[in-house]
Amino acid sequence: MPQIFHSSTNTLARASIVLAAIAPLGLMMALSAMSRTYFVRLNVPVQQPVPFSHEHHSNELGIACQYCHVSVEKAGNAGLPPTHTCMSCHSQIWTNSPLLEPVRESYRSQTPLKWNKVWDLPDFVYFNHSIHVNKGIPCQHCHGNINQMQITYKSVHHSMAWCLDCHRAPEKYIRPREEVYSFDYNLHAAIERYADEHAKATGKKLEQIPRNQVEFGQLLVQDANINKKQLSDCWICHR
Amino acid sequence: MATQITKTNGHGGVPGDGSDGQPERFLEGNHTYQTLGDKIGAIVLTQKPPRVWFIVAALAFLLVNVLLATITYLLFKGVGLWGINVPSGWGMDIINFVWWIGIGHAGTLISAILLLLRQQWRNSINRFAEAMTIFAVVCAGLYPLLHTGRPWLAYWMFPYPNWLALWPQFRSPLIWDVFAVSTYMTVSLLFWFIGMIPDFATLRDRARSRFAQIAYGAVAMGWNGSAKNWHRYETAYLILAGLSTPLVLSVHSIVSFDFAVAVIPGFHATIFPPYFVAGAVFAGFAMVLTLGLPIRHLYNLKDLITARHLDWMAKVMLTTGLIVFYGYLTELFYGWYSANVYEVALVQNRLFGPYKWVYYALLFCNGFVPQILWLQKARYNIAILFTVSMFINVGMWLERYVIIPVSLSRDYLPSSWGYYTPTVFDWSMFIGTMGLFTLLMALFMKFLPAINIFEMKDLLHRMTHSHKNGHGHANGTDGHVTGEPLQSGFLPEGTPSADRNGG
Repeated sequence: MPQIFHSSTNTLARASIVLAAIAPLGLMMALSAMSRTYFVRLNVPVQQPVPFSHEHHSNELGIACQYCHVSVEKAGNAGLPPTHTCMSCHSQIWTNSPLLEPVRESYRSQTPLKWNKVWDLPDFVYFNHSIHVNKGIPCQHCHGNINQMQITYKSVHHSMAWCLDCHRAPEKYIRPREEVYSFDYNLHAAIERYADEHAKATGKKLEQIPRNQVEFGQLLVQDANINKKQLSDCWICHR
Repeated sequence: MATQITKTNGHGGVPGDGSDGQPERFLEGNHTYQTLGDKIGAIVLTQKPPRVWFIVAALAFLLVNVLLATITYLLFKGVGLWGINVPSGWGMDIINFVWWIGIGHAGTLISAILLLLRQQWRNSINRFAEAMTIFAVVCAGLYPLLHTGRPWLAYWMFPYPNWLALWPQFRSPLIWDVFAVSTYMTVSLLFWFIGMIPDFATLRDRARSRFAQIAYGAVAMGWNGSAKNWHRYETAYLILAGLSTPLVLSVHSIVSFDFAVAVIPGFHATIFPPYFVAGAVFAGFAMVLTLGLPIRHLYNLKDLITARHLDWMAKVMLTTGLIVFYGYLTELFYGWYSANVYEVALVQNRLFGPYKWVYYALLFCNGFVPQILWLQKARYNIAILFTVSMFINVGMWLERYVIIPVSLSRDYLPSSWGYYTPTVFDWSMFIGTMGLFTLLMALFMKFLPAINIFEMKDLLHRMTHSHKNGHGHANGTDGHVTGEPLQSGFLPEGTPSADRNGG
């Protein structure tokens, strides 16, 4: 009786052991890499009815974030501007621009523009803009350099691990309240100002000038009355 | 097989067989190495399955479709389809999980513990008991998986680096369960597979069709019956036996922690781990008999699975049954002795509450019926053995019913008391898993060597040797290892091994 298997099968069998060890690992790494970029559509501009540019409005013209996102300091939702807000300028300038036709049409017909969401949190997550802004978490931390975006895209992936990174150690990212809207934050200037104000208010110098973000952040967390202990409780976000 | 361990030479090393010099009657008929291989190999290779096999397989296939339909509907609708709801958040899903896991215990017990205890009588039943274990664990695993409600996220239960920045809750026995059951499944599967390799080689060499040769050849993994092969095989098998032995005890202990760690009256008892493990062995042996008796009859295996085997399995059942019954009595005592109003209420609830018929049926099935096994006549009577094991199968299911809904539906707050009723989907799921189990067993009987060929040859070898040499015979261990390849696998019987010194 001839051999059922050719002798090269032995090599194949041995190779399959190595492959069996490597293949799942490689597959998992590929999946994990894809799910961090491709699946969440990171850095992919989202099509909008009007090609609104944050770069132009925020960076070049210097319009404050709150001018359009009026409820960002007061409510959970930062708020998208009604067409009326757009028209407060665009009834005067660029009145004939074809790009702005959908805005004018919306104004005429009294139907809101349908913007497409860029950051869409799952419904089981409770998120409130006002508490973050008022305690000193800057726009920039969650939205990246949105002031440089021609068309808005997701620049930061809001995974749970990412949320918890800050919730477990908010001192890493917190800023003085007046710096939350800034996109050119200078840490050392902020520390100096903080030290000056402290001296003015209490008549005493700071015991130790903070040397970096974390040391400064610890003071700010204390000042903002942030209860770090409960920040990573499940119910904080899953209510 | 681990010759070094099962080696009992002529001194009657099997406890209980007496030292009358008579060989163990665990193999009957006038078998030679050749006829053993022929007989067991033929079931797979040449013999057409008995007509009953087709009927059973078809019926089981039908039930598997019921299972698939139920699961599909369940995935669409959610677990509300089952009868579980506040206050009884656990119902037939968990009952069946524990029931199946319990059945999955006999395989490893027979394979590993009896191997380490040098019980030769395990040889003809261990293979299908192991298969039964694996199929039972497959059925068991379906329940907690679907009970989560979102089975596609089941991988969350494993600790892996993730975006949620969360670990599983290691303080929860439900997570211990994940590890216990998946470890048990892995080790059992490896143990089963490695144990079959020499037999796969036998089948490969006996197969006539090209397809069978390739299929069995692939799973035989190049086995050539050399002393080196046998040496490595023995080592691997012993290591796995050593690994699975603590698993037999740990898996059901951990399953019992699902209950014992909770503070629900009737759950929170220290007796649970030993009582659950004994119950599992009890249920497992009952299922081995439930399956073994028809298989033995249909495939005419009375010479390999002897009356003596059945007798011993019945004895194990009787023993573990008594431990389980002691557990029931302890629970009653515990309720009274705790002087805790809730525990006392639970005992009263069991004895006189709305589920009292379940409790009495349990006592009848598990406490009363098995006592007939004290009689030797009953242990040798196929019909009685089958009936008793069926009663035990039912009884063990009722036991979990008594523990789960009876405790959960009446806990500390009388205002939230309720009554648990399974829905039609609970039953279709349960019957479906029985179909899955039966179908897998049927396929196993058709395509895999249901009885360990080479271990039976080894048994025969030892029997004939103890005949010739009586008490004075004492084989050297190494001599026996190298002698092993003569009896199975690649080499024809009686050919000296080419690789005699390889081990």
